[in-house]
Amino acid sequence: MTIVLNRIDDRLIHGQVVVGWGQPLDVKFIVLVDDAVAESDWEQELYRMGVPPEMEVRFHSAAAAAPLLDAYRTGARPGILLTGDIATMRRLVEQGGVRDVNVGGIHHRAGRTQHLRYVFLTLEEEDALRGLAALGAVVTAQDVPGARAVPLEELLATREDA
Amino acid sequence: MSEADGGTAAPAVKRALVAGHADFAFGLVSAVDLITGRGDTLLPIQVKGLCGDDIQQLLRDSMLASGARVIFTDLQAGSCTMAARKVLRELGEGTLVAGANLPMLLDFAMSSDPDAAAAARQAAERGRAAVSVHGATT
Repeated sequence: MTIVLNRIDDRLIHGQVVVGWGQPLDVKFIVLVDDAVAESDWEQELYRMGVPPEMEVRFHSAAAAAPLLDAYRTGARPGILLTGDIATMRRLVEQGGVRDVNVGGIHHRAGRTQHLRYVFLTLEEEDALRGLAALGAVVTAQDVPGARAVPLEELLATREDA
Repeated sequence: MSEADGGTAAPAVKRALVAGHADFAFGLVSAVDLITGRGDTLLPIQVKGLCGDDIQQLLRDSMLASGARVIFTDLQAGSCTMAARKVLRELGEGTLVAGANLPMLLDFAMSSDPDAAAAARQAAERGRAAVSVHGATT
């Protein structure tokens, strides 16, 4: 297995991940890192039913995932590492060796400002993304493969009307 | 009121929600209305820019406000489908059909079955059977 995309997406497994990225990258597995989902058999079943039968989904808490990522990166099968929030990805950058972070979807919520059609951030979340970069990760925003990867500073400087 | 009849009838009871990516729901419901005049029995849901929790809340609120207990979504792996499954589990009732297409919604809109869940199951079969491929094989 190898990790071809490290993605932050608050919708977790959905169409853009499974079809938009999954098909062109020939993704064979998804590593979904989320503390709540890792404790919920029902949610795991929900997400498993959302992927084609040939695609494997593995669920981990942030603490459990970090030491496993090297193993996920050493194989031949391509996969996606997926978190629902910045804080979880930060743990994987700090403890799991993640070096490239794709901001794929952080959607509207009260208190967030729109930066791109699919990225809304609070001031704290802006700082959290800067923090990932300060740890050495290359952070870009890109919802689908055909879109341009927007560098972090450009992302933070951009404001769009809702 | 339907766009097609141009009349003054009372608003139709919503029998189902339709939700999906981009303008999927509004496109399909407008097509149903154009063909049958019964688009007003379907409530299109727009989820652009919403996080999963907000989609879930929107679907829940729309179901409770409209009385509809059927949801049609576009993609089995889609965020609307995921959110809808969570809402149905939370409410303990309702029917979800993922993979909706126009023939399916036409069948549902034209159904006279008072049981919306039964009508949805019948429509799902109709939608599944309505896919065909034509032309030379390679």
